[in-house]
Amino acid sequence: MRRVYLDNNATTPVLPDVLEAMRPYFEEHFGNASSIHHHGQETRAAVERARESVANLFGCRPAEVVFTSGGTEADNLAIAGLVQDGDHVISSTIEHHAVLNSCKRLQERGIEVTYVPVDGRCLVDPEDVGRALRPNTKLVTIMMANNETGVLQPVNEIGKVCAEADVYFHTDAVQAASKVPVRVKEIGCDLLSISGHKFHAPQGVGALFVRKGTTLEPLFHGGSHERSRRAGTENVPGIVGLGKAAELAIQGFESGNDREIAKLRDRLESAILEKVEAAGVNGAGAARVPNTSNIYFDYIEGEALIISLDLKGLAVSTGAACSSGAIEPSHVLTAMGLRPDRARASIRFSLGKQNTGNDVDFAIQLVPASVARLRELSPLYNKGEAQIV
Amino acid sequence: MPNHATIAVAMSGGVDSSTVAAMLRAEGSNVIGLTMQLWNQRRLAGRDGMPEAVTGRCCSLDDVYDARRVAETIGIPYYVVNHEDRFERDVVRPFVQEYLSGRTPIPCSLCNNHLKFDQLLTVARQIGADAVATGHYARVEFDEGRNRWVLKRPIDRAKDQTYFLFGLTQEQLSRTLFPLGAMTKPEVRELARKYGLALAEKPDSQEICFVPGGDYKKFIDAYLAEQGDSLPDTAGELVSTDGRAIGEHTGIHNFTVGQRKGLGVATGSPLYVLQIKGDKRQVVVGEQENLYSRTLVTKRSNLISVSELPDPMRVSVKIRHRHEPATATIEMIGADEIVVNFDQPQRAVTPGQAAVFYDGDIVVGGGWIS
Repeated sequence: MRRVYLDNNATTPVLPDVLEAMRPYFEEHFGNASSIHHHGQETRAAVERARESVANLFGCRPAEVVFTSGGTEADNLAIAGLVQDGDHVISSTIEHHAVLNSCKRLQERGIEVTYVPVDGRCLVDPEDVGRALRPNTKLVTIMMANNETGVLQPVNEIGKVCAEADVYFHTDAVQAASKVPVRVKEIGCDLLSISGHKFHAPQGVGALFVRKGTTLEPLFHGGSHERSRRAGTENVPGIVGLGKAAELAIQGFESGNDREIAKLRDRLESAILEKVEAAGVNGAGAARVPNTSNIYFDYIEGEALIISLDLKGLAVSTGAACSSGAIEPSHVLTAMGLRPDRARASIRFSLGKQNTGNDVDFAIQLVPASVARLRELSPLYNKGEAQIV
Repeated sequence: MPNHATIAVAMSGGVDSSTVAAMLRAEGSNVIGLTMQLWNQRRLAGRDGMPEAVTGRCCSLDDVYDARRVAETIGIPYYVVNHEDRFERDVVRPFVQEYLSGRTPIPCSLCNNHLKFDQLLTVARQIGADAVATGHYARVEFDEGRNRWVLKRPIDRAKDQTYFLFGLTQEQLSRTLFPLGAMTKPEVRELARKYGLALAEKPDSQEICFVPGGDYKKFIDAYLAEQGDSLPDTAGELVSTDGRAIGEHTGIHNFTVGQRKGLGVATGSPLYVLQIKGDKRQVVVGEQENLYSRTLVTKRSNLISVSELPDPMRVSVKIRHRHEPATATIEMIGADEIVVNFDQPQRAVTPGQAAVFYDGDIVVGGGWIS
């Protein structure tokens, strides 16, 4: 069966160039980057080259890049590493669980957290952030791009609000990196998380930008790796892969690859909306990353659509799954004010660098037919209520 | 079913449904494994005396893990579908309500009627499956003579689950497969081993899936507390059959018809709970012989082997899952009300339980005891 993968916000395939870059670091160059001998020096050099590549992506100094096991660890390190008892934290209602549950953990410790809302376009208002500030506010943590809708948050404005108030600003840029430029000076952030596998590096590696002078309490205790900010032997092949993916991301912006992906996404979106009535894009009114499209199809269950499409070879998803693998109601779409049935009827399509026009054509063929089939079985749709949208 | 039919198998992570999936796959059907996520076992864990850790029950992560491993072993697509909202609305809340009103509910029948053979059949149809197969021990056949789908007791009488399936409609039965109906449990385990299923020796689960350890009271306490509610005070009087108060009790939900122990009244002869009067908070107690009744009425009844009951019919009736069917005559007395007259008085007829009517192996129908 032909299989097309349009769930790149969940994870992406490792690109051939990335795999090639990593390959020597499994067998040939296997040293521990902390070792003093030749083998250690080889891998140390590779780690530092990768650090420079990631620093180039961020527009920061290499010393400001800390490698982690992924986005979740980067978020945890930023939040738990910075905030202390008595502090106040500002976040938003649409954060990834890595941030939301880190904040929840702070609350369990007695630390107050304010969650600013989003509007119907999935946008945080920077003025809301300003209004939520308190004298003891230590940290604002608001994502750069939402994983479900792809909507880009006004992080530059939020960065200004934070700078004026002299509070730390962390942004989870896991879904933004390589899709849009992630420049820490423009954003004005002190901390920024990325995850390798969201942009064609392998799973299990990520990075946190830590502005010089920012002191973090480490999560792990052990050796003095990563300037004592993250104990544990470096995942050298993963870090090399992340470095290569960062280089490819920069090249992608130079060659206009982001605009190519946006074209594919826009074609997918408009073709589906043209063929399917009572459907629309969640977050349509806002600027979005170029690869993501979150579409509601009224009168159907998104869960049934995802399964039907998977059985026919198309992999898409909703944003959230619980530990069993079942689909959970989306806290993001709910926070945007979507009706519960419309939130349940929403599907996320997300493209990657490996996707082609043929992949998009496959989806354009399959999705309207599957939606039509499901609507045939929907009692609500058949009552002729399809007009009331 | 034709060999190349697409069949959704309701997989619980147990031996029975796993074997069904493997059997159908081996027969050449297109099999899709589905597990219904019905209840978050961690939701009430550790709250109000509920156990902190939950393992090995329906919808637990361990069971999903087992089902997923089976799907992978036999090479079928597998999905977990989320029906927590419907389960809470159609099974858990009615269960709690029934319990608080002094009845003894059987959530498995509610779950079969509202979730497994309603929601799951809908999902199956949506994803292009022709039928749903489950690991229930029962048989379903089309009877040409009657021109109806009939539900029959399985070969393995000890595993008979037809008592919980009396609510199935003709439409539901027409799209349901019970492949284990002609097999015994040891045969099923043998087959599971043959198919290389790692869980072939997994013990059977008996208890209500969302009530860990079978402790209803703790579950209800914890659920009500979570809902910001507390157990209503239903303490009241213990009364004798002539209405005389002979003692007090701590709440009607602590009692079930036929119960002997824990009444806290010392009398010459043993006392039994005869009746629970929810509206008056009274628990009627009396002697063993008063527990027997010759008649009962079912509500929300469903007929399977016949479309209607124009005349009284001779049947055998089960009033509990583990009840030896007793001969009786049934007669329709309202739109969905049936009166059951037993030949011999039956012990502890319990409102809230189901009465299921059998004609030999065939399930005639059933209803909820009022």
